[in-house]
Amino acid sequence: MELLKVDQIEKYYGNKSSLTKAIDDISFSVNQGEFVAIMGASGSGKTTLLNCISTIDHVTSGHIYLEGNDITKLKGKALNRFRREKLGFIFQDFNLLDTLTAYENISLALSIQGVHQSEIDQRIRKVAEQLGITEVLKKYPYQMSGGQKQRVASARAIITNPKLILADEPTGALDSKSSRMLLERFSYLNQEYKATIMMVTHDSFSASYASRVIFIRDGKIYHELVRGEDGRKEFFSKIIDVMTLLGGDVSDAV
Amino acid sequence: MLFKISLRNVSRSLKDYAIYFFTLVIGVSIFYVFNAISTQTAMLQLDDSSYEIVGLLKNSLSATSVFVAIILALLVVYASRFLMKRRHKEFAVYQTLGMSKGSISVMLLFETVIIGLASLVVGLLLGTALSQVMSAVVANLFEADMTSYKFMFSSESATKTILYFVLMYLAVVVFNNLSIGRMKLIDLIQSGRKTERITNRNVVLCVITFVAAMIALIYAYHCVGWDYNSLDEKKLVLCIALGSVSTFLIFWSVSGVALRLMRLMKKRFYHSINAFTFRQVSSVINTMVFSMTIICLMLFITICTIASAFSIRNSMNANIQELCPADVEIANGLSSESDIESVQDYKNIRAIYEDAGYDITEGMKDYVELNTYEDADLTIGKSLEPFLEQIQETNPYLDYNASETIVTLSEYNRLMELYGRKPLELNQGEYIMICNFANMKDLRNAVLKVGNDITVFGHVLSPKYTECQDGFIEISNSHINSGFYVVPDEVVSNQIPNNSYFIGNYAETSTDGRKQIEDQEYQIFGEVFDYESTQNDGYLMKIDTKEAILSDAIGLGAVIAFLGLYIGFVFLISCGAILSLKCLSESVDGSERYTILRKIGVDERVISKSLLMQTGIFFFAPLALAIVHSFVGLRFAKFVLITFGTEQVMKSIGIASIILFVIYGGYFMITYANSKRIISD
Repeated sequence: MELLKVDQIEKYYGNKSSLTKAIDDISFSVNQGEFVAIMGASGSGKTTLLNCISTIDHVTSGHIYLEGNDITKLKGKALNRFRREKLGFIFQDFNLLDTLTAYENISLALSIQGVHQSEIDQRIRKVAEQLGITEVLKKYPYQMSGGQKQRVASARAIITNPKLILADEPTGALDSKSSRMLLERFSYLNQEYKATIMMVTHDSFSASYASRVIFIRDGKIYHELVRGEDGRKEFFSKIIDVMTLLGGDVSDAV
Repeated sequence: MLFKISLRNVSRSLKDYAIYFFTLVIGVSIFYVFNAISTQTAMLQLDDSSYEIVGLLKNSLSATSVFVAIILALLVVYASRFLMKRRHKEFAVYQTLGMSKGSISVMLLFETVIIGLASLVVGLLLGTALSQVMSAVVANLFEADMTSYKFMFSSESATKTILYFVLMYLAVVVFNNLSIGRMKLIDLIQSGRKTERITNRNVVLCVITFVAAMIALIYAYHCVGWDYNSLDEKKLVLCIALGSVSTFLIFWSVSGVALRLMRLMKKRFYHSINAFTFRQVSSVINTMVFSMTIICLMLFITICTIASAFSIRNSMNANIQELCPADVEIANGLSSESDIESVQDYKNIRAIYEDAGYDITEGMKDYVELNTYEDADLTIGKSLEPFLEQIQETNPYLDYNASETIVTLSEYNRLMELYGRKPLELNQGEYIMICNFANMKDLRNAVLKVGNDITVFGHVLSPKYTECQDGFIEISNSHINSGFYVVPDEVVSNQIPNNSYFIGNYAETSTDGRKQIEDQEYQIFGEVFDYESTQNDGYLMKIDTKEAILSDAIGLGAVIAFLGLYIGFVFLISCGAILSLKCLSESVDGSERYTILRKIGVDERVISKSLLMQTGIFFFAPLALAIVHSFVGLRFAKFVLITFGTEQVMKSIGIASIILFVIYGGYFMITYANSKRIISD
């Protein structure tokens, strides 16, 4: 079932005299239960794409549909409501509130939806177990490691059972061990709970955990890889191959 | 070049400077307005006694101005250091680009000059406008003629204002330079990056501290507000210290425990973004305990000062109705050196006038003559004998060897008839103590309760009542009769009086006529006084009139009200400014958090509500405790100021709250609006 449909979107920055096309006519769709990675070098437009989907930024033209609703038309309260009920965010720099404990940070996602306190507690316990952060629930962000922080941020993103989880370079600030642990959790959530995840990354290793990888270059879709029946390692080397082309002077190579 | 950067800095950081500037402008204008009062009043048509009072006002205002200048200087230095701290990153950029510390100092100097000049100009303009209003108030208070009044500017006050504020700005420059000298580049660069550390206080310790602080506070409250009769200087200082320390400890412990209590109320805590709001508040309060204490105490002083000042003023006017029931009182007495025995031919005041060739009763509608006596053996110490030792301990300054005043019943009742008060009745062998000075009344009542017998000129008398009766002989503006004995006539037969009084009402009723007779009375008194001083009888003479007492009271009341307002205003703007700056800097530091909240989909309305609640708690937590303090403080003030009369406390508290509401509330609103702008950037 098609969950997200991106239809010919464009995003321009600047004025008429000097125009930058951050996104130049991109279209694709994501099905329910998919784990999609978006890859590209710095400045390729991948983060802009994610921001447009997450309604943090507005498209210049084109449409984005989530469950058939055009989210580029949403404004004000409806927009906030959409964001907190349908989406879950995971950011590179965690974006945890430093004055709140892990437990309270996670609870905030539910309490702003008006969920009852007893239910909040129950759901936090469950998600903490899924992500292996039960021990750190009482700690403050400054008392946690980067990996723990990112898993707390992930818990906050998924606890509302969002339709779509958006992750922007989630492993960007993590060491390799923490990265692996986080990505394994993502796979687990994807496979066991059928969570739909869209992750932006420039790291091939991270992308290899996804079921599909979309490569972006200069604001356009450059290539797409589907994992299919491949093992993660095989998929990883395929991604590396594409990245090699992407990183070199690709127009010559193709 | 540097000047350009400074100019741009100022205009760019207007957001940060707004409160600073606002405070400076109010400071300058208040300083100008109160110092301009003396010049403004020179324009008014005042009578002589008002003129004297204006002199007193001028002197006390300029003395207070020094104190005010110190407070404002501290505030200005505090605020500018605070703004400096906010800009550490900016300084780091300058230094990495190769700007020397000297250049940064010069740049800051320019900034201070720009802000200083602007605030002085705007403040003086505002002050000039406000002082016109003030003139009308002064004219009203002194009942002066405003017809010859025109718009004016007090160059004297303006010069003084500029001088004081330039000194303050110099202090700022010196402090800025000092702190720039101490800066290290590495600290500057990292200054924005520290993560919030949450200090978790030991709950048990907090609870114990809270309970201890409450007990200490209640004890201090009790001593000051209820048990004030046994209060001496040492104990008062102790109470003030206890009150201040426990204020600090209450803020300290409450900020440590409040969050935990809130977290226990799970439903409330995990509702909307309450968890965030409470955390935010507690983290700020934790770092603000000391400032909160200072602000709370300053608010307390402000409330008490303004309310007491106004209640003194109002009651003084009200007291005169009660305590000045006659138009004129002329009296003579034996000076302390003259020996009663040696006075061969005692002359009362009427006889003195006659000797000088005047009739004291001329122009009077009705009058009473009254003599008072003293028995050298009946001293205050003797009167208080049953409890003398205890009383001496708590009231070491009372003159226990002074003789008590004695009045006969018939003369006293005649006076009461003139005053329109109830006459007294007395049996053989009885006396009545008349007293309306509260502190003395309490001492005397204690003695009367045990039925202390006294000996007057050889007659033993016992008290008719177990407490003092209300009353007085001399007209005045306050309750200052510290006590005299009313005794049966036969007790003092054949005694030589110590003082004699002539108390009367003018026959004239028209305002002009009364004024004329008033002037005449003073003139005649002057002549009689001159004549009498050539006679070498050793008499002291005095005259008092209702008019004179009235204008004194109004003037004195006005002086007190002005001083109260002056100090109150300055304290208020100091509190407002400190809180505002703290809140705004919190908003700047925490703006990242609001961005996160927006990203996870919190409505703008909910964020605004949270901000309003945070700002509200910072402003009203110190105020709430200050109001409780003030409640007790005003009880004490009422006791201390009882001689002035403090009956109209409620009205004065009303005035004080309006002033408080406008200024403090104004700061609150500006702070909230600014914080909101900062977090939505």
